[in-house]
Amino acid sequence: MGELLKNYDVWGAIWTTIQLAVLSAIGATVIGTIVAIMRVSPVAVLRGLGTSYVNIFRNTPLTVLLVMSVLGLAFILGLSFSDDFARNAYWWAVAMLSLYHAAFICEALRSGINTVPAGQAEAARSIGLTFSQSLSQVLLPQAFRGAVAPLVSTYIALIKNTTVAAVIGVTDIAGLLQEITENEGAQLGIFFMVAMVFVVLTLPLGVFGTSLSRRLAVKR
Amino acid sequence: MSEPLVVMKDVNKHYGDLHVLKDINLEIGKGEVVILIGPSGSGKSTLCRTINRLETFEAGSITIDGKELPQEGKALADLRADVGMVFQSFNLFAHKTILENVTLGPIKVRKTPKAQAEKRAMELLERVGVAHQAAKYPAQLSGGQQQRVAIARSLAMDPKVMLFDEPTSALDPEMINEVLDVMVTLAKEGMTMVVVTHEMGFARKAAQRVVFLADGQIVEQATPEEFFTNPKSDRAKDFLGKILTH
Ligand SMILES: Nc1ncnc2c1ncn2[C@@H]1O[C@H](COP(=O)(O)OP(=O)(O)OP(=O)(O)O)[C@@H](O)[C@H]1O
Ligand SMILES: [Mg+2]
Repeated sequence: MGELLKNYDVWGAIWTTIQLAVLSAIGATVIGTIVAIMRVSPVAVLRGLGTSYVNIFRNTPLTVLLVMSVLGLAFILGLSFSDDFARNAYWWAVAMLSLYHAAFICEALRSGINTVPAGQAEAARSIGLTFSQSLSQVLLPQAFRGAVAPLVSTYIALIKNTTVAAVIGVTDIAGLLQEITENEGAQLGIFFMVAMVFVVLTLPLGVFGTSLSRRLAVKR
Repeated sequence: MSEPLVVMKDVNKHYGDLHVLKDINLEIGKGEVVILIGPSGSGKSTLCRTINRLETFEAGSITIDGKELPQEGKALADLRADVGMVFQSFNLFAHKTILENVTLGPIKVRKTPKAQAEKRAMELLERVGVAHQAAKYPAQLSGGQQQRVAIARSLAMDPKVMLFDEPTSALDPEMINEVLDVMVTLAKEGMTMVVVTHEMGFARKAAQRVVFLADGQIVEQATPEEFFTNPKSDRAKDFLGKILTH
């Protein structure tokens, strides 16, 4: 075990996993919120675009998206983030993890918005609030409460799904696990360590989510 | 008759195959209080809600104070600010305090400074008798109190006209009067009001006109006294027969 820590960049791999998770979570949140707003907007064209987005990205396997990005978009169409192979794979992983999970973030937010009684949206409009004011003042603050649980599930899934990036050669923990297993043979210890890393990353998120939804619930 | 504040001309609306509003022509004068009455499903709510475009309509026109209702966007929001609406189910913002419910519109739409908006809100809450509840959340209030807050929230925008869609039908009987009293006072002070209600006592006390709607059509219009004691149309006689036997 100690030998492995010396011969392989374990900390670097963990750090890559954390980076993938954080950057993709930010990207997914930004894109997901925009798509959610499109899906509840009064403009039919935007609603249609939002719906298509969710249907496409939610129903395509992440592995397919990643392979398609590196092989299809990068090699064939020449859309590269970087000339360096590893860097390019890394950024495509962030992009695809963001786009994929944005569909789930969008649906989590939308289910939250649907928990707000429609009458409140009408009341907001009838005192003269614009669409964006109704959204920011009335709908989203309450939607967030209903969305906490599905959002937390999405972020946990996202953290675990970063392992798929190994498929396109990103050296995150899963990539490292693959490499070590190939070179040294399967070892229980290293599997256990990888599993622990994910427990350490995801567990606090679940605890935080539970306490947050409890805190938001009392305010009513 | 004072000059009309709300003018509906040949307004028609469908829900799919259902023709809910048929050639509605209605003028409401400044300071006038009009009661909309009619059987369930006759289109009272729909008519009320087209006036501030919570419902769209296909044909005809609606003007408020001489201005045509805009289709959407900022212009529509501005116009809605001038039309107060009070709902059957109160629809207070659950995550905001009573005071914040009343100040939200003035601060965000009218750009009134916060301190001034709060001062005015407290006056209005005082007027509807819930000032001591200002720091609470809607769920902590009784239905009658919530509805009075909803009225204060509308009043805070200084509306030109107020729409009430069955404001007392979700209330326990002992709370109905506290809300109707506030509405009678408003009427006496000269507020222009369109009220969907079956409360005849209120109609007699506060309204100048009753508009009877059946199957999406205006069937009859008269003063409350005349309508309730001597209805002309068979539809109205039939309808009044049903609500009076209860
Ligand atoms: N969103 C909708 N989609 C389809 N049909 C609707 C919709 N809203 C109302 N309707 C129908 O339109 C008709 C008029 O409805 P409306 O709510 O205006 O009646 P109302 O006079 O207010 O009745 P009530 O006294 O029961 O409140 C009814 O037949 C109703 O079923
Ligand atoms: Mg109705």
